[in-house]
Amino acid sequence: MNSVSKHKKLSLHTRYKAMTRDLSWETSYQPMEKVYPYERYEGIKIHDWDKWEDPFRLTMDAYWKYQGEKEKKLYAVIDAFAQNSGQMGISDARYVNALKLFVQGVTPLEYSAHRGFANAGRHFSGAGASVAAQMQSVDELRHYQTEVHALSHFNKHFNGMHNFTHWYDRVWYLSVPKSFFEDALSGGPFEFLTAVSFSFEYVLTNLLFVPFMSGAAYNGDMSTVTFGFSAQSDEARHMTLGIECIKFILEQDAENRPIVQRWIDKWFWRGYRLLTIVAMMQDYMLPKRVMSWKEAWETYAEKNGTALFKDLSLYGIKEPRGWRDACEGKDHISHQAWNTFYNYNAAAPLHTWVPVAEEMEWLSEKYPKSFDRYYRPRLDYCRSEQEQGRRFYNNTLPMLCQICQIPMMFTEPGDASKICYREVNYQDDKYHFCSDHCKQIFCYEPEKYVQAWLPVHQIYQGNCFLDGVDPSQNDFDPLSAVLDYYELNAGIDNLDFEGSQDQLNFNKWDGEEAQEEAE
Amino acid sequence: MSNVFIAFQANEESRPIVDAVIRDNPNAEVVYSPGLVKIDAPNSLIINRETIEEETGRDFDLQEIHINLVTLSGHVEEDEDQLKLSWDH
Amino acid sequence: MNVDLHTKSIEQLRNTYSHVEKYVKGNKPATRYEEATFGAQSTTNFHYRPTWAPDYELFDASRTKVILDDWYVLRDPRQFYYGNWTMTRAKQQDAMEASYRFVESKNLLDNIPTPVQKLVCDVILPLRHVAWGGNMNNCNIAAIGYGTVFTAPAMFHAMDQLGVAQYITRLGLTIGGTEVLDSGKDAWINQPHWQVLRRYIEDTFVIEDPFELFIAQNIALDGQLYEMIFESFVEQHLTSKGVSAIAMVTSFINDWFKESSRWIDAVIKIAADESDANNKLISTWVNKWGKRAQSSLEPIAELAFSEESQMAIDSSRSKMNERCKKSGLTIK
Repeated sequence: MNSVSKHKKLSLHTRYKAMTRDLSWETSYQPMEKVYPYERYEGIKIHDWDKWEDPFRLTMDAYWKYQGEKEKKLYAVIDAFAQNSGQMGISDARYVNALKLFVQGVTPLEYSAHRGFANAGRHFSGAGASVAAQMQSVDELRHYQTEVHALSHFNKHFNGMHNFTHWYDRVWYLSVPKSFFEDALSGGPFEFLTAVSFSFEYVLTNLLFVPFMSGAAYNGDMSTVTFGFSAQSDEARHMTLGIECIKFILEQDAENRPIVQRWIDKWFWRGYRLLTIVAMMQDYMLPKRVMSWKEAWETYAEKNGTALFKDLSLYGIKEPRGWRDACEGKDHISHQAWNTFYNYNAAAPLHTWVPVAEEMEWLSEKYPKSFDRYYRPRLDYCRSEQEQGRRFYNNTLPMLCQICQIPMMFTEPGDASKICYREVNYQDDKYHFCSDHCKQIFCYEPEKYVQAWLPVHQIYQGNCFLDGVDPSQNDFDPLSAVLDYYELNAGIDNLDFEGSQDQLNFNKWDGEEAQEEAE
Repeated sequence: MSNVFIAFQANEESRPIVDAVIRDNPNAEVVYSPGLVKIDAPNSLIINRETIEEETGRDFDLQEIHINLVTLSGHVEEDEDQLKLSWDH
Repeated sequence: MNVDLHTKSIEQLRNTYSHVEKYVKGNKPATRYEEATFGAQSTTNFHYRPTWAPDYELFDASRTKVILDDWYVLRDPRQFYYGNWTMTRAKQQDAMEASYRFVESKNLLDNIPTPVQKLVCDVILPLRHVAWGGNMNNCNIAAIGYGTVFTAPAMFHAMDQLGVAQYITRLGLTIGGTEVLDSGKDAWINQPHWQVLRRYIEDTFVIEDPFELFIAQNIALDGQLYEMIFESFVEQHLTSKGVSAIAMVTSFINDWFKESSRWIDAVIKIAADESDANNKLISTWVNKWGKRAQSSLEPIAELAFSEESQMAIDSSRSKMNERCKKSGLTIK
């Protein structure tokens, strides 16, 4: 056996090629089109998978080694947090509502991503892309599972987290993340990668992570901070997959460009709408505030996005259609969203409240163009009603946008005094949209979006009651029947923070702690 | 000209990496915040395995940066000796 | 001396999440495995049908003919979630590094007689492609199977298969560089004794039922293949010829095979136990694919064992059958 070659040190590139690409082969007993049936139907043309560049060439042995290190460190912190009753270190029990939003609306997306990347991993004939997608699949499972574990301790002590998977499939505002991700999952593998790896994990990711993780750090939640840092290191690999896949697709064939542009337009907008909940969390739900949504948008979207799209313009890619309107929205969406949740808090398994005076001052300062003019008066009114024993809970249901499924609360770009309504007639029905961009998404694939399970429609059609419920009875209370279907503990999981079990418990435990320290 | 950046968890393990990056990238700026160290550089940034080994006094596998890496921006080119981030093509 | 540790005890409202609690017996705290696994997957109110399979919902139990009242009965006895799976594999990978350092420092691979080196390359290196097939198939199960308790370990198994393929690749690179890997691939594509197996694998790539795929790949094929090559050929046959270095640098593969067999057997047993219909269905699959797998492996056995090949084949087939009988299947 030739001993010269075995002692020659192989480059990382060559070694990695032997470890991944070289493993696959052109099938002959079954045609490639049957083995990889989803590679063509989206219209994307790939001529040479060998041109795929593998960033971060991790073989499984290295993957296990480094991920194992990370897990050891992370679980040590999660354990310590539980042992030391770390939940008592948070600034204020209102903060936990940010975590409720996270576990209800973000954690299930990690799980969906895991399944979606498994699918993409199976269906790319390029082994380099397949392996990258598969690694992301297990990474996303990691995120789901570590989040569940990190938040487990909070779940033991606070409400609004214990039934999150049941709520995700049913509760009105959670159809926003659910429909977002199911839109991606139901697309083909190339759209999935463009939607998730590129638009979400590359363009928008910092707008999800930084608010939650800095919010955790500022509010004394060490467990979530540690999870955040640990997960972010996986995100570096995910981001590079995102940018690599976009470049690869664009370089393979010029005819891919319009398809990719359309996906970028669609997914930027759907992603931006999804982030409405994060905007609200950042501006209203963190007792110790970090930065405003507007500031986060200016840093992570406007600054970073400019560099990115300048780079992509070399391929003929333009900035997403909705970019300007998204930038215009930075002064408004968090306030509009908080108002909606405040209104519908009877049907939402988390708490809301009117901000206290200092918080209102902070909001005024951060939003000089909009807060005092449009949003403070409404909050002042809510507070005065509450003080007079008439805390407002809206008893009707809002119209939802057919695409993003958010209540129609967004205003016309450039005129925040007017709700933005768009509509389309399609095959005997009328469909409603919050914006030109959601409407455009519908018009391109109406047969897909007419399928959507809109929570408000479903409630009105009687599909959100348990078996055996009879709406014709005299004592029928629709809200109560829906809450039963949601498996939401009425009076415990929902309603204002004032007077909630969370508030009472936290004060009690805090008081007991103070007493122990005094002894 | 746009910045590239890389951020690490601020701990003992990442310190020699950060020190190596500062040595090899004179235009880099380092910002420390609780638990995090972020390094910005105009247009490109290089991490050299050899420099890290000089800092640690021990062998270093460049892929070890994954343990403490938090996030980055720019196109990645990597081999056993060097990791480069840049906005060039 | 008496050390009394006072910790703050704050009364809990609940032990765990509701979707986990219903699977936890008694009033015990949930394990990490339970919290990470139960109830994770969406089950209802899907918004859009997959454009790539519009006859089904995004997660759809009807993709398989196996019927379970609750797919979460298929508990993994290893109780792997991502954390303990990676930490287990990291330890195994450390051990493999140590083995490689030992073997390389003593030139144990170089010192293997050339004909035996050639035999090792001829028999083992093409299996990196078989393992890639296992990776693709388990990835598919993870994508379209139903229920996290079934699909999550399938994704771990897919990555394990990739690991196996990479350890075999490393063996090849160490013994003879990229040239021997190229020969192995050429054999895989062109040489007659590999074609029956390659056809088997390619036929599994188009199986639509994820549970049938699980059977065809993880028990019918792997149950015989790994038994025959990594247990009989590497651990026993080569070692009896004085060559134990190969066993040292492939020990991960045999260890993984034994460990994952516990998962595979549990899935089969529980699913078959649930109904006569399941038992009959799964038994039929095992018999059909087991027989085909055996035929595919016969030429490989000849390569590896020469005159003793029939004994080796019979032994691995019967070991696979034994596992299935213990799981309650009717084996022909």
